[in-house]
Amino acid sequence: MAADGGMHAEHGPRFAERAPDALNNPQLRRNFRRAMDGLMAKRAAQFPDPAYWAELRERGAAVKARALAKLPDLLERLESRLTANGVQVHWAETTEEANAIVLGILQQAGARTVIKGKSMVSEEMHLNAHLERHGIEAVESDLGEYIIQLAGETPSHIVMPCIHKNKDEISDLFAEKIPGLERTGDVDELTAAARRVLRERFANADAGISGVNFAVAETGTLVLIENEGNGRLSTTLPPLHIAVTGIEKVVEYLDDIPPLLALLPRSATGQPITTYVNMISGPRKAGEKDGPTAVHLVLLDAGRSRVYQDVELADTLRCIRCAACMNHCPVYTRVGGHTYNAIYPGPIGKILTPQLQGLDAAGDQPHASTLCNACAEVCPVKIPIPDLLVRLRREAVRPTETPATHLPPLYSTVVKDGGAERSWTESLVWAGWRLVYTRPLLYRMVTRALAWGGNWVPADAPLMRDWTKARAKPRFKPRTLHDLARERGYLNEVPK
Amino acid sequence: MTTTNLAATNTAAAARPAARPDTVYFFGTCLVDMLYPEAGLAGMDLLRHAGVHVVFPEGQSCCGQPARNSGYVEEAREVARAQLDAFPSDIPIVVPSGSCAGMMKTHYAHLFEGDPDQPRAIAFAARIHELTAFFVNVLGVKLADKGAPVTVTWHPSCHSLREMGVSEEPKALLRQLANVTLVENKRERECCGFGGTFAVRQAAVSTAMVSDKLASVRETGAGTLLSGDCGCLMNIGGHAEKAGDGIRCRHIAEFLMERCHGG
Repeated sequence: MAADGGMHAEHGPRFAERAPDALNNPQLRRNFRRAMDGLMAKRAAQFPDPAYWAELRERGAAVKARALAKLPDLLERLESRLTANGVQVHWAETTEEANAIVLGILQQAGARTVIKGKSMVSEEMHLNAHLERHGIEAVESDLGEYIIQLAGETPSHIVMPCIHKNKDEISDLFAEKIPGLERTGDVDELTAAARRVLRERFANADAGISGVNFAVAETGTLVLIENEGNGRLSTTLPPLHIAVTGIEKVVEYLDDIPPLLALLPRSATGQPITTYVNMISGPRKAGEKDGPTAVHLVLLDAGRSRVYQDVELADTLRCIRCAACMNHCPVYTRVGGHTYNAIYPGPIGKILTPQLQGLDAAGDQPHASTLCNACAEVCPVKIPIPDLLVRLRREAVRPTETPATHLPPLYSTVVKDGGAERSWTESLVWAGWRLVYTRPLLYRMVTRALAWGGNWVPADAPLMRDWTKARAKPRFKPRTLHDLARERGYLNEVPK
Repeated sequence: MTTTNLAATNTAAAARPAARPDTVYFFGTCLVDMLYPEAGLAGMDLLRHAGVHVVFPEGQSCCGQPARNSGYVEEAREVARAQLDAFPSDIPIVVPSGSCAGMMKTHYAHLFEGDPDQPRAIAFAARIHELTAFFVNVLGVKLADKGAPVTVTWHPSCHSLREMGVSEEPKALLRQLANVTLVENKRERECCGFGGTFAVRQAAVSTAMVSDKLASVRETGAGTLLSGDCGCLMNIGGHAEKAGDGIRCRHIAEFLMERCHGG
C-alpha cells in the first residue's frame, strides 16, 4: 500500500527500499542480533522485580513530565544559574545557528583542534563536517565514535555507535587507518592502539566538545555520563569546553537526577551505573588547578519547541536517549541503524525524525513498525511510542491544520507536511472498508462474496504478491463464522 | 450503562474475582469470520461446554484495528461505533484474539475522545475479555484431555502479551492436558512480523522476521504451533506452508476443542 509513486523521489530511497541491503548482509544481521540479545539480557538482569521497575519508571516519567510542563520557566532558570556559575549560555533555533555559534566560540579562542565526547546533538548538527569546512579538526574520543569516524560512517545506534561492526571489521579498519599498527585481533591491543592515538589528541586539543545527559535548572549543573573517561577528559583537559544539548534535557532539581540515573544506564547497557558520572558546574575557579577556563552551553531547539506545542506529541521529549527501544525492537534488530537514514534510528527515531524534519521527508518512518509494543514495554520514561506512531501515521495522510484546531490529540494534525503519504487509492480502500464494515447486511454480502470468489484472486495480484513471496495465500472458507454460528444454533441476541 | 454503573462495576471487579456469567457475547473478529471460522466456532463451543450461553450478534464486523493502524482513524472509529451498537447488553464480550481484544480494550477510549459515544466506548472496553484469559480467570475451566500424546509450542501475540497482559493463561490451559507436552520457544516474546499492513508495506523486513520466528519454532522440536491470534497464524503458518515445513499452525480454541470434546 505504498503512497502514489514519484512523490518522494527527491528524498532518496525510503525505509522499505533501503531495508533489503541490510537484510541481505548476513554479517550485519549476526552483529546486531548478537549485540541486541546481549543488551536485552543485561537490561532484564537489572530489573528483576517488576514492581520496583514499575515504580522506578513511574518516577522517571514523572520527573521528565514535570520538567516539560515547566519547560520555558526551567530553561530560564537554567540559564540564570549557569550564568551565575560562569558558564556562557547560547540559544540556537536551528542546527545551522548552533554550528555558527560553536564555530564562532572556537574561532574567537583561536582553536584549531577539538576533542569530542559522544553527543547525538552534535550528530544532528553535522558539527564535525561543519568545523572541518572551516579548518578545525574535531576528533571523536568515545571509542565507538572514534571507530566510525575512522571508517567515515555515521552512528548506527545512539548509545553504541559502532555496534554494527564486529571485532574483525575493526581489526581491518585499524590496520588500514592507524599508521604503524600491525593488524591484530586482540581486543586489548586494539583498545590500546586507540588510546595511544587519543591520549595525544587529548593532551593537545585546543577545545573539548561534549553532549549533556541532564541539565539541572536548580543548580546549573550539566550531568554527563560515560564509561571510558573520555567525557571527563574532553570536558576538563582542554582550556575550553563547549557543551551542546537539546532544550528538552533540562530537569528541575538536583534530586531529580538519582531516579534518572537509576534508569538510564540500566536501560541502556544493563549497567547499574556508568563508570563516570560527571557533574559539571562551571569553569575553573581562581585557585583551582584544573578544568577549562571557559565553559559554554549551546541549547538547541531544531524543531523541539514545535513538538512541545502538542500535548500528546510532547511526550516524545521525555526521551533520555537510553536506546532500550532500539535494543528491543525486532525491526531495528533486523536492519540496523543505517537503514533509517536518520540521526536517531529505531522506535524513538521513528517518532522523532518525522516531527523534526516533517512528514514529507520522513513520513514513511512511522510505518516501519509492527506496533508490537516491545519499545513501550521497556521505555524508562513511559513514552507511548506505538500510540505516537499511529498518531503520525494519521497525520501523514491528513493535511496539517493551520492554525491548529482544538480537536482531541488523536485527531489533531500539527506536524509539518501533513498528508505527504496520502494516496487516493488507499483513501478509497478505507472509505470502502468503512462503508461495508458499518453496515451489517452489506458486510455479510461482501464476506459471502469473498467466501465464494476470494480464493480466485491470483497470488501475483498487487499487494497479494508481497504476501505470497514468502507465504501461502490466505484461504477464504466457504462458510463464514456468521454462517456457522447460525447453523449451530447460536443466538443472535441476548434473550429477554 | 451509565458512568455511575460503570464505576460500581469496576469497584466490584477490583474487590473480588469476576463473577461467573450465565451468558456472554462472542466477538468473532473479521479474520476469523472469513479465514478461520472453525477457530471461532471452536471458541464458542468451548464456552458452551463450560456451561455458558453464547450469543453471536450478526451485526458484528471488525474492531477497527486495520484502519487505525494505517492512520485512517476516523474510519476505524466509525466501524468501532458499529460494534458498540452490535453488543448492547451489559455482559462480557469474549474475543478469540488478543490483538482485536487489545484494540477494543486499550484503544477505544482514546479513539472516541471528544465523541459523545466515549462513555459507551469505555463501558464496552471494560467488558472485553481475551478467550484463554476468560477460561482461566473467569470460568476457571477444568479440561480433560482425550487426545493422543503430542508435543506443541506456544506463540503469544504481541498484543495479547503487551496490551491484554495475557501470558500464562493459555499455557496454563495447555498444561491441564495430560497428553500434551508444551515446549516453550526461547524467543516466544518476539514479534512474528505480521503487523497487519506491515507485512506488505515492509515485506522484506516482515519476511526476515517471520523466517526467524519459524526457525525458533523449529528449534523447539514441536510439530504443532498454537496461538490465540489468527493474524500471527496466517503469517507463521503461511510461511511454514510456503517453506514446505511440516509444522502445523493452529488456533488454540480449535486444538482444545478437538482434544477435549473430539472437535
